[in-house]
Amino acid sequence: MRRAAILATLAGLAAGLAPALAPAPAPAEAIGDAERGATLFQRQCSACHQIGAQAQNRVGPRLTGLFGRRAASVPDYAYSRSMARMGADGLTWTLETLDPYIENPKALVSGTRMAYRGMADPEARAALLAFLREWSDKPQNIPEAEPTARKTDPDLSPTVLAIEGDPEYGEYLSSECQTCHQRDGSDQGIPSITQWPVEDFVIAMHAYKQKLRPHPVMQMMAGRLTEEEIAALAAYFATLD
Amino acid sequence: MTLNRRHFIATGLATGAFLAAPTVWGQAKAKVVVIGGGAGGATCARYIAKDSEGAVEVTLIDANPIYTTCFFSNLYIGGFREFESLQHGYDKLAGAGITVINDMATAVDRAARTVTLAGGQVLPYDRLVLSPGIDFKDGSVPGWSLDAAEIMPHAYKAGPQTQLLKKMVEEMPQGGTFAMVAPPNPYRCPPGPYERISMVAHVLKATNPTAKILILDPKDKFSKQPLFEEGWGKHYDGMVEWVGPDFGGGAVEVRPDTMEVVVEGEAQKVDVCNVIPGQVAGKIAALAGVTDDSGWAPVHPDSMKAKADENIWVLGDAAAQGDMPKSAFSANSQAKVAAMAIRGELTGSKVFPAKYTNTCWSLIDTDDGVKVGASYEPTPEKIASVDSFISATGEDAALRKATYEESLGWYAGITADIFG
Ligand SMILES: Cc1cc2nc3c(=O)[nH]c(=O)nc-3n(C[C@H](O)[C@H](O)[C@H](O)COP(=O)(O)OP(=O)(O)OC[C@H]3O[C@@H](n4cnc5c(N)ncnc54)[C@H](O)[C@@H]3O)c2cc1C
Repeated sequence: MRRAAILATLAGLAAGLAPALAPAPAPAEAIGDAERGATLFQRQCSACHQIGAQAQNRVGPRLTGLFGRRAASVPDYAYSRSMARMGADGLTWTLETLDPYIENPKALVSGTRMAYRGMADPEARAALLAFLREWSDKPQNIPEAEPTARKTDPDLSPTVLAIEGDPEYGEYLSSECQTCHQRDGSDQGIPSITQWPVEDFVIAMHAYKQKLRPHPVMQMMAGRLTEEEIAALAAYFATLD
Repeated sequence: MTLNRRHFIATGLATGAFLAAPTVWGQAKAKVVVIGGGAGGATCARYIAKDSEGAVEVTLIDANPIYTTCFFSNLYIGGFREFESLQHGYDKLAGAGITVINDMATAVDRAARTVTLAGGQVLPYDRLVLSPGIDFKDGSVPGWSLDAAEIMPHAYKAGPQTQLLKKMVEEMPQGGTFAMVAPPNPYRCPPGPYERISMVAHVLKATNPTAKILILDPKDKFSKQPLFEEGWGKHYDGMVEWVGPDFGGGAVEVRPDTMEVVVEGEAQKVDVCNVIPGQVAGKIAALAGVTDDSGWAPVHPDSMKAKADENIWVLGDAAAQGDMPKSAFSANSQAKVAAMAIRGELTGSKVFPAKYTNTCWSLIDTDDGVKVGASYEPTPEKIASVDSFISATGEDAALRKATYEESLGWYAGITADIFG
C-alpha cells in the first residue's frame, strides 16, 4: 500500500519533474588543492623533509612514495621506538591515517620524533595530502596504489537499498531535519529534501554516515541514524507534498 | 599509395553532399564507426547496436578477421591454454546487425568526418570511436626495432609473436638464459610482463630446470611485486633474477645479430630475448590528431570523449584518462560508458554518471592465482582511483586456487561481453 503510493509518486516524478529534482550523484572529489599543498610543504615541512625523485632522508625521512608505505619502513632512517612499534603493528600511511597524524602527530604516535605541532585546518591538511600524494605510486602503473581521489558515494548492498521505510516513523524522525530543511521545499542556503527520490536519499544519507560526503553537520546527523531510520526518512520525504 | 592531406580533402568533397546532413534524430540513421575490434572497440560497437535497437548504424573495422586476446596469452605460453582458445571471430557481432569490415584504417578526416581504409573505401561517420590498442615507440630500446621482432619477439600484441616466443622458450638450450627487457611506464597490462616471467619459469622448471631468467627493468617497482617475488621464491627458487634501474636495468641495449644484451656497457649472450618496448597509442589515434606529446589521447573523464574532437571517442590502451591501468577489463568498462554517452547524443537516450572498474588476475604457477583491482570515478581532471584491493602475500592454497578459477570465469564472461 505505502510502497504503491511511493511508486506512484516516483512515476510522477519520472514523468516530468525528475530531472529537476533528482540530485546528481556526487562525482569523486580531488583530495585537495595540490598547488596550495606545495606551498604549505615548502613553508612547514621542507626544513626537515625532502620529497621528489632525488629526495634523501634528512632530519625526517624522505616522503617520496609515502602513500601505501608501512610506517617506519624507509631504509637507513632512525625512527622513534614508538613509530617503529606502530609500523610493526601494521600502521600504513594512507589518506585516513595521515590526516590525523598531520593534525596532531603525538595523538596518533605518542613518542614520534616529529617536532611539529600539527595542522588544525582540515582544508589545509587536504591540500598538503594532495601534494604529498603526487609523489607516490600512480594507480595507472601500480593499480593497487592508494586512491588519488575521495569517493563520495557509498557502496550499498542491495539489501540496504531494498529496506522498505515506514513513512509514519519517518515523519516522526523528520522533525530534526526540518529544523534546517524547510518542509515546503523552499531552498534558502540549505537545500530542499522534499520529494527526493527514495534511492537518492538513501545513498546521500549513507554517504554522510560513512563520512564520504564532507558536510560535518550532516555527517553527525546521519551518523546516528540506523539503516531502517534512513529508509523511513526517505519514504517520508519522497511522499511529502 | 600514400594518402596526403590533399587526398583527404578531395575524398571529403566527393562525399560532401551526404555529410552535410546534420545529426538530427528522425533523419537518416546516425552512423557510428568504430576502429579497432578489440576489448574496447568491439564492446562499444556491441553495446551501441544492442541498446539502440537499430536506431544507430554501427560499423566495426579491424585489420584482422580473428582477434587473439593478449589476456591469457601468457597462460598459453605456460601451457595452461590452447592457442585457439584465445581466438575470437566477429560473426556474432555481424549477426547482431553490426557491419564488420576487415581492413586497416589509414586516415581520419575530422573536418569531413570520414575514415579511409587501406582498400580505398571511405566511410562517413557522425561519431567515431578509436580503440586501436598500442604501437611501439621507435627507439625505445636501442638496437631493437620491429624488424628484429622475429629474433627478439615482443609478444605484446598477441598472435604469431606469442607462438614464436613460446616456441623459443621450449627450444632453449639446457641451462640457457631467457632475458626480458621490461617496458617503461605506462604500458598495457601492468602485471603482464611479470605474469609472463612466471609462466616461462613454469615451463622451464619442468623442461629445463637449470635455465636462468633475467628481467632487465627500467622501473624501480612494478605491480604486485611482493606477490610475484614471493611466488618466484616459492615455486622457482633461484631461477629468476630481477635487475632494476639501480643496477643498469634501465639503460639496456640489445644486439639481435649476436643475441646479446648490453647492461652497463657489458655485453651478455642470451638464448631468448623478449623485448617489450615503450608504448604509445595505436598509430591511427595520432593520424587522427587526437594524441598529445605523450603519445596517448587525452579524453574527458566522464565520457571517454577525446579532448581534441567532440565527435571522437578514444577507448582502452590508447586513451590518456588518468588512473586506470591499460587492461582489457578497463577498456571494456570504458566502452560501456562511451556507448551510453554516444547513444545519448545520437538518440536522446538517458545518460547515467560514469563508473569504472578494473581487476587484473595473474597466474604465478599451477592454481596459484592473484589479483589486483580498483574502482574509479571521474573527477573534473581525470578518472581517479577511489578504492583498491590486492591479494595478500601468504594466502593459503585454497584461496589462490579460487582466485585462479575466478579468472577463468572472468575470461569466459568478458570475451562473451566483447564478442557476443
Ligand atoms: C601479455 C599480456 C597479458 C595481458 N593480460 C591481461 C589480463 O589478464 N587482463 C586484462 O584485463 N588485460 C590484459 N592485457 C591487456 C589487454 O590485452 C589490453 O589492455 C586490451 O586488449 C586493450 O584493449 P584495446 O581495445 O585498447 O586494444 P586491443 O584489444 O589491442 O584492440 C585493438 C584492435 O585494433 C585493431 N587496429 C589497430 N589499429 C587499427 C587500424 N588502423 N585499422 C584497423 N584495425 C586496427 C587491432 O588489430 C586490434 O584488434 C594483457 C596484455 C598483454 C600484452
